Order: sequence, then structure tokens, then C-alpha cells
Amino acid sequence: MNIEVFIGVIQIILIATTPLVFAAIGELVTEKTGVLNLGVEGMMLVGAVTAFVTLVITGSYSLAFIVSLLSGALMSGLFAYLVLILMSNQVATGLALTIFGIGLSSIIGKQYIGTPIQGLNPYFFVALSFLIVFLVSYFFYKTKLGLIFRAVGESHNSSHALGYSVIKVRLMGILFGGCMCALAGSYMSICYAPMWQENMTAGRGWIALALVVFATWKPGRTLVGAYIFGGVSILQMNLQAWGVNFPGQFFNMAPYLATMIVLIIISSNRLRIKLSAPASLTIPFFKGR
Amino acid sequence: MIRILLLITAILGFSIGSANADPKKVGFIYIGPPGDHGWTYMHDVGRQYMESQLGDAVTSTYIENVPENADAVRAIRKLAASGHDLIFTTSFNYMDQTLEVAKEFPDVKFEHATGYMRAPNVSTYSARFYEGRTISGHIAGKMTKSNVIGYIASFPIPEVVRGINAFYLAASKVNPDIQIKIIWAFTWYDPGKESDAANTLINQGADILVQHTDTFAPCQAAEKAGVLAFGQASNQEEFCPNAHLTAIEDIWGPYYAQRAKAVVDGTWAEKDTWDGMAEGMVVMSPYNAKLMPTDLIQEAVEMEIAIKDGSLHPFTGPIYDQAGELRVAEGEVADDLMMATMDWYVQGIDGELPQ
Repeated sequence: MNIEVFIGVIQIILIATTPLVFAAIGELVTEKTGVLNLGVEGMMLVGAVTAFVTLVITGSYSLAFIVSLLSGALMSGLFAYLVLILMSNQVATGLALTIFGIGLSSIIGKQYIGTPIQGLNPYFFVALSFLIVFLVSYFFYKTKLGLIFRAVGESHNSSHALGYSVIKVRLMGILFGGCMCALAGSYMSICYAPMWQENMTAGRGWIALALVVFATWKPGRTLVGAYIFGGVSILQMNLQAWGVNFPGQFFNMAPYLATMIVLIIISSNRLRIKLSAPASLTIPFFKGR
Repeated sequence: MIRILLLITAILGFSIGSANADPKKVGFIYIGPPGDHGWTYMHDVGRQYMESQLGDAVTSTYIENVPENADAVRAIRKLAASGHDLIFTTSFNYMDQTLEVAKEFPDVKFEHATGYMRAPNVSTYSARFYEGRTISGHIAGKMTKSNVIGYIASFPIPEVVRGINAFYLAASKVNPDIQIKIIWAFTWYDPGKESDAANTLINQGADILVQHTDTFAPCQAAEKAGVLAFGQASNQEEFCPNAHLTAIEDIWGPYYAQRAKAVVDGTWAEKDTWDGMAEGMVVMSPYNAKLMPTDLIQEAVEMEIAIKDGSLHPFTGPIYDQAGELRVAEGEVADDLMMATMDWYVQGIDGELPQ
């Protein structure tokens, strides 16, 4: 393998993995505050379509990303209202958000399928994804606010007793997650595969969710995990094209298999603490209790 | 969401429909969205053609994005239970699910695309796409400069394997030095993954891309990288005008109209249909005169004529498989059974076929 081909492989891995990093780091922050949002796929799709449609209408890339981030905030804001204020079940609400997002994005994008656009250079976003992971890690482990976020995720009653606003912290966590998912989506429709097609995220939202568990809620490990998942998928394509024989199907299920193994380990209670799953994950917070 | 909405319209449509002149209800199960501008898009074009031909005699419903698993059973059953008379299931891996539901609803007629299992109320239909692959292969063999062709395949089912073999036989006939690199994406529909595969193949030296997946992402990736590509299922030239050589178009409309009419007339019977260029089910998109020399376009057109009149068969012997075993003897052509169950690569293709 000569050096040019090698660089090409690295480039494809970077481009393909970045949406996973964005979505997973967003979901990680949400989960760290004790909220599980299964709407990742739906928010990604809405983010992808709003960015694409804005770009087609206005021709402005910056406006496209702003509108996309706003759409992510709106989608996740809706989720926050339902689970934080109305205290609906997080799992059911998140699933509903995904189904809603799939339908909504199809309707918004209906007449824009196949509209040609000029794709944006992806490497700015690749760099941005690394920066965001670093900042999130710094935030959680080096700042006081980060400690508060983690505390809310571990025990909302204690945090509340200490005078921290559980609802506000969780709202911020959810909104950040929504914006990151929208960014992942807009990156897909504007840089990665510059087009709009229905359902174009094709399950990456679910892989991002699996990644958070796989990374045991650690920002750095999320990045590593994303590159393992993304890298394996691109490497297996290269092996195929080189004519190496191996079961390609296996590599497609590898992310889920790895996550299941981590889940099995976590299901033992004593280890769960070590693996740093937020103790209040999916538990609704009732004020005044 | 859309699925649920469609089901509601399906149920509403039934109650309204039965008050009218009792039109026959035709249902479609789609693997992707009609907006894929590929496989599902062409089935939907066919569905609309059927409606336009039969007018008030039929109404139609479709359910899109149905996965090829137990969900398909539910989707098919819902169509059957909501009074549909004829149901088209338009992907290979709906085979078992179609038969399962067909057993529960003996009065409903089913049509399964690209499959081979039939029942008294289940027909199968497919198009001889490999005839188009032969022409693509010929063009690729003549057009490539790097002698490396990238092929993005979906699942290792006979239809896809047949396409690869037909393509390679024609390409290597005009260019014995040609090498074909195949990536199995194990998906029909994932623009991101399809462009990853396209970029991987281009990175490994391919200067022409062929795809057997459903979106125009590979064609777009080719356009961006400045290499050539063939469209899939529908004419995709508008998405990649400087890369698109031609495409193999699937024309389902006349078949759908004919089968729906048979249900209206009460003459529907189980059968297997496998039509090609001669019947108009497979059509080549206009050859791109900006990219292809005139004499090559002429050759392609002549091949079309020869395939239609039967003087050119894509699988004419001698054909050896990878192990060197003679599969089709000199002077003979592969029969339909061999082609319908093809699970081996022809000699000259590197790599092992995934099982």
C-alpha cells in the first residue's frame, strides 16, 4: 500500500466518523445529567433537512448551520418539555421523537430531494468534533459547573437539596444534545454526502446511542469508540476491495455486539458504579420530594 | 409516522372506496422511500402508471421504508387485512414474509418482486437487469484508463451476483486486463455508506463506478472525484452530469397495469414473469454523448438490438467459475434456473463471494 492510498483511507475514516462523534458527544452530555434521549436519529434527520433546505433557499452555509442548530434546539426543547415538566417516560418520549423526526424531515425535504448543492470541505468539522470532545471533557472534569451537571445525573435529590436547579441543568443538557445531533445531521447533508434523501442518516443515531454506553459515559472514550466503529467499517471496505476474504456482515453488527457486551458487564450492579453510568439515568425528578 | 398516516388513509380509503363502484385496492410495500430516485422511485412510477391506465377501476396505497424483517409481515398483513385485493412486495428479502401472509389470506393476490417462491396466490416477477449490465460492462471495458472498475454491491443474492458476472464477462471480453473491485455494503439504502464505498474504490484506483444500491450517492461521489459512473434503476444524469455514462432503468408500469387489470377482470393466476429489454421492462438511459465516443454509443445501441432479438445472450458459453469448472459449455447459454440461483463468481473475479 503506497502512502497516497493510506492517506486516502485515513481521510475517508475521518469524514465517515465525524457525524458519530457529534451525535454521541451530544447524547453523552444529555445522559450525564440523567436524561436518556432516544430521539437522536430523529433530531439528526431534522437537522440534516433544515440545513439542506436553508442552504438551497438562501445559499448561505452559515445560515444553514444556524437554522439547523435551532431546529435541534426546538426538537430537543419539545422533548425537554415533555420529560422535565410533564414528566413523561423518557424512553417512550425519545422513541416518539425519533419517529416524529423521521416523518417531519421527509415532509420538509419532499421537494428538495435530488437538488444539487456544492458540498462543503469536511475537515473544519472534523477538527471541530475533536475540539468539542476536548471541551466537554474539560467541562465535566475541570469546572465546577461540570461537577454540578454530573451531580444532577448521579443524584437529583441531593443536588436539589444543595440548591441546584435540577430542571435547568437537565434542560441545558438536553438542548446541548439536540444541537449536537442537528450538527451531526447538517454535516451529513452538507459535507459528507451533500444531498438530501429521506432517512439518509440510516441508523447512525442508534450507533451514537450505543457508543455512549460502549464508552461508559466518558467523553474521551466516546471519541475512541467512534473511531473504532467508523474505522472498522471503512477498513472492512478496503479489505473487500483488496480481495481479502472475511465475513463483512460481522463487521456491520460489530458496534452493536460490542455495546451488548458492555451492557452485560454493566448489568452487574457493583461494576455499574465503576463504569460510571449516571445513577439517575431515566429517573424522572419530582420537585419537593 | 408516514407509515401510520398511510395506514390510516388506507383504512379510510377502504370505507370510502367500498361505497363507490367498488374499485380494486392495490397495495405496495417499498423498501425505501419513493424519493430515492432509484429502485423504490421506479416502483412508485410504475404504481402511478398503473393508476393512470386503469383509472377508477383501482386505487392504490403504499407503505414505504419497510425493513426486510418481521416488520414486513406486519406491514403486508395490514394491507391484506384492510381489504387490498392485490399486494406487490418489492424487495427480494420480503420472500418468506410474503408467503407467510399469503397463507393467511388465500383470497388476496400477492406479487413478490425478484423472488422465486410461489404459491397459488403468490406470483413472482423480475426484470432481466443483467442484460443492461452486459452493456454497462462493454462500455466500462472500453472507457476505463486505469483498468480498475469499482463495483458497489448490496447483498450477495443471485440477482446481484448475476449482475456482477454479466458485467465482468462483457468488460473482460473487450478488455482482458480489466480488474473488478467489489465492495459489499450489506445495505440497499445508506447514502453515507454508499459514498464511503465509492470513495474507497476511487482511492484504490477505480476510474469507473458501478452500483447495485439504491441512492445516487456513488454517482455524486464519482462526479466530485472526476471519475465515471453508471446510474442505477433510474436515469440519474441530473445528479452527476459529468460522470453519468448511462443507467439501467426498471420499467414496471405496464406489468403493474396488466396484473391489476387481471384482478379487476378476475383472470389473475399465479405465474412467474421475467422480462427484459425485448419486453421493455429493462431500458438503457440515453448514452452520455459528452463522455462517450460516437462509435461506442453505436456499439451499445447495436448490443441492445442484439439482446432484444436474442442473437446476444449475456451468459453465452464457455463460462468457467472461479474454481475453473465449466458452468456453461461452448455454444450454449445459461438457462433461467442457473441464472436465478447464481451463487458463484465467473473466472477472473478476485475475492470470495460472501455467503
